[in-house]
Amino acid sequence: MQQFPSEFKLMPEQASTMAGQVDALYFYLVGITLFFTVLIVSGIIFFAVKYRRRSPYEIPRPIAGSMKLETIWTLIPFLIAMSIFVWGAKVYFAQYRIPKDALDIYVVGKQWMWKMQHPTGQREINELHIPMGRKVRLTMTTEDVIHSFYIPDFRVKMDVVPGRYTQMWFDATKPGRYHLFCAEYCGMNHSKMGGTIVVMRPDEYQAWLSGNASQMSPAQLGEQHFQNLGCTTCHLNGGRDAGGRGPQLAGIFGKPVQLETGQTVIADENYLRESILNPGAKIVAGYSAIMPTYQGQVTEEQLLQLIAYIKSLTPQGGSGTAAASATSNSTSANTNAGAQSSGSPSGQRR
Amino acid sequence: MSTAVIHTPAEAAKPRTTYLNAGYTLKSWLLTLDHKRIGILYLLGVSFFFLIGGIYATLIRLELLTPQGDLVSAQTYNKLFTQHGIMMVFFFLIPSIPAVFGNFLLPIMIGAKDVAFPRLNLLSWYIYMTGALFASYAMFAGGVDTGWTFYPPYSTNYANTYVIATGLGIFIAGFSSILTGLNFIVTIHTMRAPGMTWYRLPLFVWAHYATSLIQVLGTPVLAITLLLVALERTVGIGIFDPRLGGDPVLFQHLFWFYSHPAVYIMVLPAMGVVSEIIATFSRKPIFGYKFVAFSSLAIAVFGFLVWGHHMFTSSQSVYAGMIFSLISYAVAIPSAIKVFNWTATMYRGSISYDSPMLYAMGFIGLFLIGGLTGLFLAALGLDVHVHDTYFVVAHFHYVMVGGSLLAYLGAMHYWWPKMTGRLYPEGWARFAALVVFVGFNLTFFPQFILGYLGMPRRYHTYVPEFQLLHVLSTAGASILAVGLILPAIYLLWSLKRGPIAPADPWMATGLEWRTSSPPPPENFERTPVVTWNAYEFRPQEETEIIGPPSEPDVSKRN
Repeated sequence: MQQFPSEFKLMPEQASTMAGQVDALYFYLVGITLFFTVLIVSGIIFFAVKYRRRSPYEIPRPIAGSMKLETIWTLIPFLIAMSIFVWGAKVYFAQYRIPKDALDIYVVGKQWMWKMQHPTGQREINELHIPMGRKVRLTMTTEDVIHSFYIPDFRVKMDVVPGRYTQMWFDATKPGRYHLFCAEYCGMNHSKMGGTIVVMRPDEYQAWLSGNASQMSPAQLGEQHFQNLGCTTCHLNGGRDAGGRGPQLAGIFGKPVQLETGQTVIADENYLRESILNPGAKIVAGYSAIMPTYQGQVTEEQLLQLIAYIKSLTPQGGSGTAAASATSNSTSANTNAGAQSSGSPSGQRR
Repeated sequence: MSTAVIHTPAEAAKPRTTYLNAGYTLKSWLLTLDHKRIGILYLLGVSFFFLIGGIYATLIRLELLTPQGDLVSAQTYNKLFTQHGIMMVFFFLIPSIPAVFGNFLLPIMIGAKDVAFPRLNLLSWYIYMTGALFASYAMFAGGVDTGWTFYPPYSTNYANTYVIATGLGIFIAGFSSILTGLNFIVTIHTMRAPGMTWYRLPLFVWAHYATSLIQVLGTPVLAITLLLVALERTVGIGIFDPRLGGDPVLFQHLFWFYSHPAVYIMVLPAMGVVSEIIATFSRKPIFGYKFVAFSSLAIAVFGFLVWGHHMFTSSQSVYAGMIFSLISYAVAIPSAIKVFNWTATMYRGSISYDSPMLYAMGFIGLFLIGGLTGLFLAALGLDVHVHDTYFVVAHFHYVMVGGSLLAYLGAMHYWWPKMTGRLYPEGWARFAALVVFVGFNLTFFPQFILGYLGMPRRYHTYVPEFQLLHVLSTAGASILAVGLILPAIYLLWSLKRGPIAPADPWMATGLEWRTSSPPPPENFERTPVVTWNAYEFRPQEETEIIGPPSEPDVSKRN
């Protein structure tokens, strides 16, 4: 992509796998709009000229209506509308069905910057380097107000909402630098809360990663927080069988969890987040509400790292070291396992 | 006194009591119970707040001439777009057609002396003015910068501006909207003249009936929502704040539950106006009267079920998004039906190019584009890209300015002779209509392209590649401004200098044209008896006999 010249364009760059799909739908709608606009406007102009008033007191013959015409212009627009709906829903589903096998990037928005962390630990602010041709999954939250992560050239956007994680994904197809905008009004410097997505060839990306490789991965950082906050006191590996007061966390991610209330929830990022900040909200069957809240004691970034650590834990492994590579691969493995819930102690949680 | 004798302006020699000369004191205006005078009071109110909203818009467009922020600071810019939105939506568009023309015309159109609750009607105006002045005070005292949408947690925990005061202004004005709606519903049900059956009602009345239903049912939800924001801000009750167990997205559900139907509060009356104008200036009954009438009700009902289409990227469930998208397409159908029927009405008509008709034809063209681009936004996968960009800004300005404002101007020109008893210079009026149309398109069409390119809305500064389109837009806005200032000049001029208007300058059909211009305080000499359908055009000699005020027994009393 060109370096932001002020040349005249009608369309943004197509730089992700999603761009072509969205644009195709766009052109379909532009076609429909042109067709109906030309039809109606030329009809109005034609009638206005052809049936212009020729004498001041003339009264044309009244025409009450036509059931046949009404039916036609109800049904045809309805069918067209349904075709747009189905197409739109298909694209939407592709946009928001988050793939499992993706590069995991954690994003925290705050007034007025974007903070990002790679699975291998590199941190960036307002700039995100990603490899071309690889699915990238963003898990996002914000420290303050609602923001929205928007990359026009990728045709993707997702609101970033306080108190929860939202996810989006994309697969960049073209190396280059692309605008990142905040699309949800967030206060004074909303228009400055942007940055650049740098899409690199895989080898360049590897080189970039190794050039910035000194940091610890989110999972490794999460393990440190896990120790420092004293989580290990209760959440022993092995859970109750091993004498722990809280459920075992290894292997819990992406699995169904049986609650005291009889409900079952999937232990996803939002569930883990809630269980750390508001432990009383969903108690695992067989356990009591003894865990204190960690609200105010962990930052959004630390929370994401803790979750990355929990994701990286494997049930059988000893202390579940957070290998950098573990994140994406183990995640997919865990989630795919899905149904089997028998597991070790019936409940796993907190 | 004579109401009427329609086509004899010579009558004017004898001073006639009209609603305008029934009293000249300030008190006679401020304590009036006459729906026509209340309509004029609203006209003064909404014109003033439209002017303020317009000044905000001017400053916004000037700031956006260049990519960097150079005219005003970021904080000021944020206040400008917020206050522009609040003024235009809550204090101009929502009351504009219903409160001005609805108040003035609805009772006359159904052959009534007044609305069902005249005192409540006056109270509505006072409530509206109180709310609007309260909001204005908040804006001049310090302003508000949350966007007209008040999304928390920005509005509840972060904004340092006059959020509660502004919200209170909107909260207060909401009651005016509810009371006006209630008044209209009761009036239409109980005050119709003998023979004025539901299917003889002008489509303007049908449209206002549908609008009133939304006002009565929707506005309380907005009031509740603003109250919750105020409570959250003051005592932190934790409805929206996630740290207190609240949900910021809940606000968006509540807000749009009102604010999407509110779009139809703004556009349904405009559709009613356009139906009247198209019929009159084509001299034909509206094609498919019942379809047009019931499509208004369909829009009002479906309009309540589509709020989630403002939230496709909000983290709302994907499946909820699909339902909202599906129903949004359902709401597009009745709008399409109206457009087709208006066009068909012109077929084999006797079409004149008087200024109201120019506005009505402009309305159809612009509303068409506004409506069709709504299909883009309701298409889930496409909305993800264009949501919260200038595409949305362009879309709703096509609906609200291209639609509602053009219809408002059309109504102003169509009923001006009736309201003031004066004719305006038609040549200037046609010229102004053309200027508005050109200026409007130049202002907002480039914004569709900007939006698809990815320019987010509510941006004080922007990347340089968007500048050309912004310059075009600002150029268009200055043309549009000229097109809006012109009518203000010649309409005011016509009050003193305009030729005296006859009772029916257009050879139109509604009951409002069967009484004199301006109408007497009690609207008609005696209650009209309606024996004809809406839009039954007849030769002038005949209308004189049929029109109730000009019946022989009336002239006897002269």
